[in-house]
Amino acid sequence: MTTLTEIKLLPTLILLVSCEYLAIFKKTVAMHEVFLCRVAAHPILRKDLNFHVFLEYNQDLSVRGKNKKEKLEDFFKNMVKSADGVIVSGVKDVDDFFEHERTFLLEYHNRVKDASAKSDRMTRSHKSAADDYNRIGSSLYALGTQDSTDVCKFFLKVSELFDKTRKIEARVSADEDLKLSDLLKYYLRESQAAKDLLYRRSRSLVDYENANKALDKARAKNKDVLQAETSQQVCCQKFEKISESAKQELIDFKTRRVAAFRKNLVELAELELKHAKGNLQLLQSCLAVLNGDT
Amino acid sequence: MAAEREPPPLGDGKQADFEELEDGEDLFTSTVSTLESSPSSPEPASLPAEDLSTNSNGPKPAEIILDDDREDLFAEATEEVSLDSPEREPILSPEPSPAITPITPTTLMAPRIESKSMSAPVIFDRSRDEIEEEANGDVFDIEIGVSDPEKVGDGMNAYMAYRVTTKTSLSMFNKNEFSVKRRFSDFLGLHSKLATKYLHVGYIVPPAPEKSIVGMTKVKVGKEDSSSTEFVEKRRAALERYLQRTVKHPTLLQDPDLRQFLESSELPRAVNTQALSGAGILRMVNKAADAVNKMTIKMNESDAWFEEKQQQFENLDQQLRKLHASVEALVCHRKELSANTAAFAKSAAMLGNSEDHTALSRALSQLAEVEEKIDQLHQEQAFADFYVFSELLSDYIRLIAAVKGVFDHRMKCWQKWDDAQITLQKKREAEAKMMLANKPDKIQQAKNEIREEIEEWEAKVQQGERDFEQISKTIRKEVGRFEKERVKDFKTVIIKYLESLVQTQQQLIKYWEAFLPEAKAIA
Repeated sequence: MTTLTEIKLLPTLILLVSCEYLAIFKKTVAMHEVFLCRVAAHPILRKDLNFHVFLEYNQDLSVRGKNKKEKLEDFFKNMVKSADGVIVSGVKDVDDFFEHERTFLLEYHNRVKDASAKSDRMTRSHKSAADDYNRIGSSLYALGTQDSTDVCKFFLKVSELFDKTRKIEARVSADEDLKLSDLLKYYLRESQAAKDLLYRRSRSLVDYENANKALDKARAKNKDVLQAETSQQVCCQKFEKISESAKQELIDFKTRRVAAFRKNLVELAELELKHAKGNLQLLQSCLAVLNGDT
Repeated sequence: MAAEREPPPLGDGKQADFEELEDGEDLFTSTVSTLESSPSSPEPASLPAEDLSTNSNGPKPAEIILDDDREDLFAEATEEVSLDSPEREPILSPEPSPAITPITPTTLMAPRIESKSMSAPVIFDRSRDEIEEEANGDVFDIEIGVSDPEKVGDGMNAYMAYRVTTKTSLSMFNKNEFSVKRRFSDFLGLHSKLATKYLHVGYIVPPAPEKSIVGMTKVKVGKEDSSSTEFVEKRRAALERYLQRTVKHPTLLQDPDLRQFLESSELPRAVNTQALSGAGILRMVNKAADAVNKMTIKMNESDAWFEEKQQQFENLDQQLRKLHASVEALVCHRKELSANTAAFAKSAAMLGNSEDHTALSRALSQLAEVEEKIDQLHQEQAFADFYVFSELLSDYIRLIAAVKGVFDHRMKCWQKWDDAQITLQKKREAEAKMMLANKPDKIQQAKNEIREEIEEWEAKVQQGERDFEQISKTIRKEVGRFEKERVKDFKTVIIKYLESLVQTQQQLIKYWEAFLPEAKAIA
């Protein structure tokens, strides 16, 4: 009896697996698209040769992954960066804009991290519930086929309902994942990148200030003044340049963020509505049939 | 069925239809309402005062008009209680309450015939359809509610008292509406009494809710958290369902112990229901013995119906257990989902606070609000998942265990009969041997003895056969009734559950429709 049920459910199983695959595929595609669009929209990055090659070269790119040495380098770089970041973040910024951005980003980043984690858990619970619907559906089917009284019709109809509802619930979970969890994850990384940018700017500010101090010292001692002056000028230029582009980037960041959230929240709400209405219709038509029977 | 015994004025043509009625008791209970309503129906004043209520609110013809079957039942019941026969579960000697004396068949015979002959024309004048409708419909005008759980006492001796409210128009009760306070062990005591009286003759007695040492200890210790309130609520609902099911059973409804349970303000404490009491341990030992016994009984099943039904119930049991496990998983995940949604809502609110773009900030706060409402929704749905669906399944799993028990009793009954036949055979052989041997001095006395024994065993064989046929008949009726109830219950519950799902989706739609413009308003 169980084998018969399993065989009957095989096509559903195949559909389920392909639905899952499709959901994951949709997700990956979406992320890649966002990434490429961003690079293309960036005034400087869009001109990068690597980017052009990526878009145009019509044969296999054969990109090499990072080898062990490179991965180790990355690891150490990160360590140094975070240690340094702590030191550098102690420096107060005269510029209000950047000071505000720094406080904002710190808090925002932490909260996005939290929201992203919670959203993930919520999406996963949704999926578990959808899986339960699946099992309930097949149990009801087994009950329905065995029952000799007229409640068997009920069981079979409700089993059918649960199969269909299950698909919808799974899509709800997948859509929430796509529109909400992924959005938050993305902005988690974005806000981290913004923080990194601020760090680089602070780094350069510290360098600039150090160069200033060195220049003063040199002038006082009247030794290596020219060298100190050039070094100071270089730092100043670097600092001003990075400040300028950082400001622009951060403003863009905000614009993009607002647009992305708007798009995703609207789409999320629309999808939730669509699925809820779909569910409702299934439930109501099932109830109509069952009530007609009794 | 009484239709077979007293020739109905309707004549033979109608007899077949009466047999369609699955439950003879149904017919007679509908008689009660007719009798009540028609002013011409005489109140036979000759009814014995041992009638089961203490006030004179009119005699209650209902319980008097018994099926012949039930006469036998009570005869046996009184018999068996006095004997300590091994196959009866010596759960407890049903503590006879002073207000009640056991029904004896003889006192019931006389008035029954009288009132029956007087009322007979009244019944049979009504159309058959009406009677069938009443028999199949909700004739049992009795509603039971269990409410207001209250903690009584302190510490480890504390217990929960529940209010049991009965609303009825049945005249067998003293009033139309009354309520009493009962504790959990009272319910178990009631079940025990009913099981003792009715299980072994084939009636499916609804099982009482399960004990839970963990749950109760938490309550006793005084933990006022949500899990102990949940536990109490779960128990309250289970007790309510238990009583409702019990009163739906026409035979059990007539039982004096049930009536006492519902009506009397003081109930002797059922101490023997405690798990670790002497009686409790005896119960466990008996259960084990029964299990072993079951394996060794080899019954010649002459009736395929029983075999078929047993198999069906076995399958049903397995499937229900699987379904129940899946539904429990759903309840669990839904509760998780609710908790996670609540956590996300808070997090989104925080995010909205940090967001420095005003419109986006507001939208995020709105999102947080929506998610909070949705979390509530999930909680309510989980509630419905559990109380509507999951609990019904667990009730039926236990009910089927009771059904299986009844089938087992039939087997034991058969074995008793078979054993009697075997013993009789042996005695007969012994007698034959004695006839052949030639010992004139001993022979006369021994012959008499053996003769007596043979007669005794012949009677036992006859009784055994009668009992077996009786229990088989009762089981058939009971199973028929059970299946009807099951179909009704499941249909009702499924519809109720689907309606809860509909509500949830409708609410979801409302919430998201309210949010959408907010999201679009982000500029």
